[in-house]
Amino acid sequence: MKKIYGKPEALKDTAHIYCPGCGHGIIHRLVAEVIDELGVREKTIAVAPVGCAVFAYDYFNFDVTEAPHGRPPAVATGIKRVMPDKVVFTYQGDGDLAAIGTAETVHAANRGENITVIFVNNAIYGMTGGQMAPTTLIGQKTATTPFGRDPKREGYPLHVCELLSSLEGVAYLERVAVFNPANVIKAKRAIKKGFQNQLDLKGFSLIEVLSQCPVDWGMTPTDAVKWVEEIFVKTFPLGVFKDK
Amino acid sequence: MKGNIALCEGAIAAGCAAYFGYPITPQNEVPAHMSKRMVELGRVFLQAESELAAINMVLGASAAGKRAMTSSSSPGISLKQEGISYMAGCELPCVIANIQRGGPGLGNIAGSQADYFQSTKGGGHGDYRLIVLAPYSVQEMYNMAYMAFDLADKYRNPVLILSDGIVGQMMEPIEIPETKDKKELPHKDWILDGAKGRQPRLIRSLLMEEGALEKHNWHLKKKYDEITKNETRFEAFKTEDADVILVAFGISARVAKAAAKQARKEGIKAGLIRPITLWPFPSEAIARLAAPGKKFLVVEMNLGQMVEDVQLAACGKSPVEFVGRPGGTPVNEKEVLDKIKLLIK
Repeated sequence: MKKIYGKPEALKDTAHIYCPGCGHGIIHRLVAEVIDELGVREKTIAVAPVGCAVFAYDYFNFDVTEAPHGRPPAVATGIKRVMPDKVVFTYQGDGDLAAIGTAETVHAANRGENITVIFVNNAIYGMTGGQMAPTTLIGQKTATTPFGRDPKREGYPLHVCELLSSLEGVAYLERVAVFNPANVIKAKRAIKKGFQNQLDLKGFSLIEVLSQCPVDWGMTPTDAVKWVEEIFVKTFPLGVFKDK
Repeated sequence: MKGNIALCEGAIAAGCAAYFGYPITPQNEVPAHMSKRMVELGRVFLQAESELAAINMVLGASAAGKRAMTSSSSPGISLKQEGISYMAGCELPCVIANIQRGGPGLGNIAGSQADYFQSTKGGGHGDYRLIVLAPYSVQEMYNMAYMAFDLADKYRNPVLILSDGIVGQMMEPIEIPETKDKKELPHKDWILDGAKGRQPRLIRSLLMEEGALEKHNWHLKKKYDEITKNETRFEAFKTEDADVILVAFGISARVAKAAAKQARKEGIKAGLIRPITLWPFPSEAIARLAAPGKKFLVVEMNLGQMVEDVQLAACGKSPVEFVGRPGGTPVNEKEVLDKIKLLIK
């Protein structure tokens, strides 16, 4: 009998600690499926962030290093520069990538580092208990915006794909989401392209994945996916922002 | 050869595969020289967007098993402390050179020794130690850069070369020692190079499981004890019969040695202990010399930092005096000599 579905080899056979309804589980799986399909598991080195996905190394079945908060693109640069034949990717949240690590993100992108960046945007700091993220929406209530994000006080949501799209070194930027099966399939396609670009020596690829965080948003998992579909994508429209 | 260039050449001879840096005076010759030499040799040179990025690139290259280094001057070294703490926690070897300038804050660009505390007492957060080497000549800039990589790999620990703007900028003739072939670098069974035919590996300092961090901290302590036992280095100059024992490192040790020689000419029994490793500190050598009738005089280009370690080592058996100048001003020989004379009165 032909096996049509199973656990990717690039995922460890272990239960994860992500909250019910969290998008990380889906995104981890997509990355693992892509790595299996490209046959690169044995030459992949991942850089885990600080944030919810800090424990990514417990789930990925390949080499992983930790990085200080926001520094994964710099750590990945160091790895890739000394081992250009390996597959190197970072997996980062919005706080890690777009707040404390903005400089590392922009400069790795601008240098055209031949790495892949998986950027999980869920509009909030999950690990630390639901504080405002750089991508928190206007009016969104968080632990540190109890009255809702006010642009006069906290500024505006940061659009990473749009921001990076002007940089010469960037090969590929796409924003996807995982709120329904059709979008999960699209997200996987984008992630695969991001890794294929690295194998083809095209330079810096970043896939921004809009993800759901029901616990810190104070929603049920079903309301959370609905919120991504109906509200989140209005501020962060899906699509390709650069494809060299 | 200039001190900063000698540092580069020592690192290159040691098989440094990747250099990541950022401009700051007075260490600028290092990235400039490396940008040429490393590229010529087909090795990695990258000017990072910040000191933070540079040290984290070093972290990545080290995790991949390569010999990697960065350099900076005092304010830049402060920025690197985050990465240094992570590397100490992850037990990642690397070499960091601090060509010290005056501080605090932006201070000035003159040579200084004001980062002794930062270098030897932590610098970043958490319970860790760096091996700290203090070159006092251009020759030692070369030798210590060469040696630093071996020490870093042997103990899986960051090594800091604590130099200063004077040693970095001055020129002296040096002898390039016959170095051993660096093609055969130590085997590393912990590196991340892809899980081919083996279980995946993980490099981390986050240890959340019950008791895991304490266990790791004790493991580090054991390593630090081993380093202290094996690697404590110092130079003793005419200390055995000395009534006044100077203690100085780096550029100040040259001034102190000159003052000790002059004192001897004038009939005063003066000697010098020059710590070559600032951590581990040669406490035992100092403790052994401490006795009634003997006096220590610590010479530093700061407000008095290493003097605290000398006091601890002397443990009240001998008085410990200090002569120094902060703000990037070298102590001169006469100031030291005057103080020696005052002490033996």
